[in-house]
Amino acid sequence: MTTTALKEPVRPTSPGAAREPRRRTGRIRRIGLPYLLLLPALLLELLVHLVPMVIGVVMSFKELTQFYIRDWGAAPWSGFGNYKVSVDFDAPVGKALLHSFSVTVGFTLLSVGLCWLIGTAAAICMQDTFRGRGLLRALFLVPYALPVYTAVITWVFMFQHDNGLVNHVLHDQLHLTGEPSFWLIGDNSFYALLTVSVWRGWPFAFLIVMAGLQNIPRELYEAAALDGAGMWQQVRRITLPSLRPVNQVLVLVLFLWTFNDFNTPYVLFGKSAPEAADLVSVHIYQASFVTWNFGTGSAMSVLLLLFLLAVTGVYLLVTSRGRRAADV
Amino acid sequence: MRSIRAAAVGAVTLSLALAATACGGGSSNGSGSNDSPGTLTYWASNQGASIAVDKKVLQPELDKFEKKTGIKVKLEVVPWSDLLNRILTATTSGQGPDVLNIGNTWSASLQATGALLPWDDGNFAKIGGRDRFVDSALSSTGVRGKDPAAVPLYSMAYALYYNKKIFADAGIAEPPATWDELVADGKKIKAGGKAVLGAEGANLSENIHHVFVFAKQHDADFFTADGKPDFTGPKVVDAVKQYVDLMAKDKVIPTGDAEYAQNQSVSDFAKGKQAMLLWQSAAANLTSQGMSEDAYGVAPVPVRSGAPGSGPQVNSMVAGINIAVFKNTRNLDGATKFVEFMTSDAEQKTLNTAYSTIPPVKAAQGDAAFDAPDTAVLKNTLATSAAALPQVPSESQFETAVGTAVKDLFADAAAGRAVTTDSVKAELEKAQQQMPAA
Repeated sequence: MTTTALKEPVRPTSPGAAREPRRRTGRIRRIGLPYLLLLPALLLELLVHLVPMVIGVVMSFKELTQFYIRDWGAAPWSGFGNYKVSVDFDAPVGKALLHSFSVTVGFTLLSVGLCWLIGTAAAICMQDTFRGRGLLRALFLVPYALPVYTAVITWVFMFQHDNGLVNHVLHDQLHLTGEPSFWLIGDNSFYALLTVSVWRGWPFAFLIVMAGLQNIPRELYEAAALDGAGMWQQVRRITLPSLRPVNQVLVLVLFLWTFNDFNTPYVLFGKSAPEAADLVSVHIYQASFVTWNFGTGSAMSVLLLLFLLAVTGVYLLVTSRGRRAADV
Repeated sequence: MRSIRAAAVGAVTLSLALAATACGGGSSNGSGSNDSPGTLTYWASNQGASIAVDKKVLQPELDKFEKKTGIKVKLEVVPWSDLLNRILTATTSGQGPDVLNIGNTWSASLQATGALLPWDDGNFAKIGGRDRFVDSALSSTGVRGKDPAAVPLYSMAYALYYNKKIFADAGIAEPPATWDELVADGKKIKAGGKAVLGAEGANLSENIHHVFVFAKQHDADFFTADGKPDFTGPKVVDAVKQYVDLMAKDKVIPTGDAEYAQNQSVSDFAKGKQAMLLWQSAAANLTSQGMSEDAYGVAPVPVRSGAPGSGPQVNSMVAGINIAVFKNTRNLDGATKFVEFMTSDAEQKTLNTAYSTIPPVKAAQGDAAFDAPDTAVLKNTLATSAAALPQVPSESQFETAVGTAVKDLFADAAAGRAVTTDSVKAELEKAQQQMPAA
C-alpha cells in the first residue's frame, strides 16, 4: 500500500542507481499523498455510513426476530421473504406500508411546497432594506435554530385538547369550531404534523433563497423597471430564473429531509402514530423496534432507500437536462 | 517536506486507529464471566415520581451494598419510554448492564431472546430459594415450565382511587363495587361539575392492562392455551368494547383523556378535577403531586357483579417489576450477590416502602409497614384477585398491537364516531394480523 512508498527514501541507496527510483518514488508520493490524506475521512465514511448500510441490507435478507437478535449469525436466511411481505399489498403488512407510503408522499409534497413558497416569498420581501430587517431575518430563523425535541414538545403542549393554545385560540376566542378539536389523535393529526413540519422547514428555504438572491445583479431589476416591468413581472422573469440552480438543490434537500423525517412525528405522536399521520419512517421504526422484527424493518428501509435514490436520480436528470437546454 | 511526512504519518495512524476501533466493537456472545469483579452496572426502572427521586432512594442502598461486598454499583435510572429499546439494543450488541429491572409483563418476550440469565434451581439457591417469593409474583417471570428469566422485585396491583370530598359532595357513601354502580355514581358526580374517571387513552400499556382485566371478567383470553393470538372472539370484543364504552357510551371517561399518555390523568386526579382513577400503587405518585393521604380513599377495582376473586372476578393484573441478570455480564457472581441483596428482607422493606409497592418476598410482606389500609387493598388484590398477563414470547408485540387498537378506538369515541361491536372487531382483527405468524 501507500505506506511502503513512504519508507522508500529512508533506505540507503548507491548514488549511481539512485536517480531513477527516486524520481519514481517522488511521483508515487505526489500521487499517493492526497489519497493518503483522504484515508481517515474515507474510513470514517465507511464506518459511519457504508458499513451500517451494508449490515442493514444483509439484515433485510434474514429472519431477524426476537429469537435471534442476541446472535445474528444464527438467524436463518429468508431470501426475499421480507421483501415479499413488505410489498404484498393485499396482505395487512404490505397494505399498511402502502398506506403509510401514500400518506408520506402527500405530506412531503405539501410540506415541501409550502416551505418553498413561504421561504421564497419571505426572502423576496426581505430583499429591500428597511428598518428592522436584520431583526426580522434573525427572528425568521429561530424555528430552524431550535433543537427539534424542544420545539416539537412545545407544539405538543400547544396542540393539547383540553389546555392547548391552539384550541384556546380557535375555539375559545375565535369560536371557529363547534367544540375543541383533537390534534394529536384522529384525522386532524395530519394537519398538526404538516403545521409543525412547515414551521420547522421554511426558515431553511428562506435562508438558502436569501443567499441566492444576493447573487442577482441589481442592474437587471433596474433595466426591467425602465422597460416597464412590474413587481410580479420582475419576480417571474428575473428572480425565479436566476434562482433556478439554487432551487434545484433546495427542493431536493427539503424533499429528502421531509420524507425521512423521524423526529417530528415521533415526538408529536409517540411510538404509534395515528393512521392519518403515519409517516413511513415511524412506520418502519414500529415494524422493527416495536414488533421486534428487524428483518422486515430492514427490508422496508432498503425499499425506501431505493425509492429515494430513484426519485433523486430522475429529479437530477430532468432538472439538469432542462437547465442545459436553457443554457444553450 | 517534513510537514508532509508528518501529515502522512498522522493520516496513517488515524486510519489504523479507526480500523482498530471498528473491529473492537464486535459483540461477544459468550455467557457471563467474572472478569471484572469490582464493579456492576445497574439499570433501574423509573419507579418514583422522577428520576432524581429514584436516585435518592437507591443510592444509599447501593452504598450499603458496596460497604458490604466491596462492589461498586454504577446506577442508571432509565425512563420507561426508553427502557425496552435500551434492553433490545443491549441484547443485539451484547454490550449492556450487569443487572437490570424489567417490566414483569416483558419477562416472556425477553426470555425468548436469551439475553437474560435463567433462574434455575442453582441460581435461585444463591438468593435464598424460590420459596421466598409469593406465587402470584412468580407467575409473571416467564413462560410456564421454563426457568424464570427474572426475579420479582416490586409488586403492584390496580386499585380504584377516589376523591373523598367529591364523593361526599355528590352524596355517594361507598366507592362503587361494580361497573354499573360506577356509571350510576358518575351521573351524580357529573352533576356537580367534576370529571368522573381518568384514563390514559393513548398509552398503549395502560390500555392493555385494562382490557386484559375486562377480558378476564368476560371469561376470555387474548391468547389460546397453546399461545396463539385470538383477539377477535366475541367475548374479547365485548370486553374491549366495555372498556372503550366507558368513554363512548357511559361518558364517565372524559373525551380529552383519549390523547393522554403522560400520566395526565393522575395529575387531574391529584388536582381534584376528577373523582376516580384506576391505577397501580399510586400513593407515592399522588403524594409527590401534592395530594394529601387523607384526601383520597382506595378500593378494589370494580367487577361486573359480586365481589373480586378468581376467574371472571379478577380485577387487576399482576403488575410489578422484576430484576434480571444480563447473560453477558462480566461479573456474574457480583450480579447474583446484588440480586440477593435487593431481594433480601431488609432491602425489600426499605425499597417497597419508598415506592409504595408490595414486597414479592413473603417474609417482608408480613411487615407491619404494609398493613396500612391502602396497601392492604393492594396486597389483598394481589393475593386473591389478580391474574398475570399472558406469558408468551409475543407479549410485547401484543401490547403494541392491541394497545394501538384501543388507542384508535378511544380516538374514534373522542371524535364522536360510533364505537360498535363491528368497529371494535375490525380494529382487533387488524391488530391480530400484525402479530408474528409463529
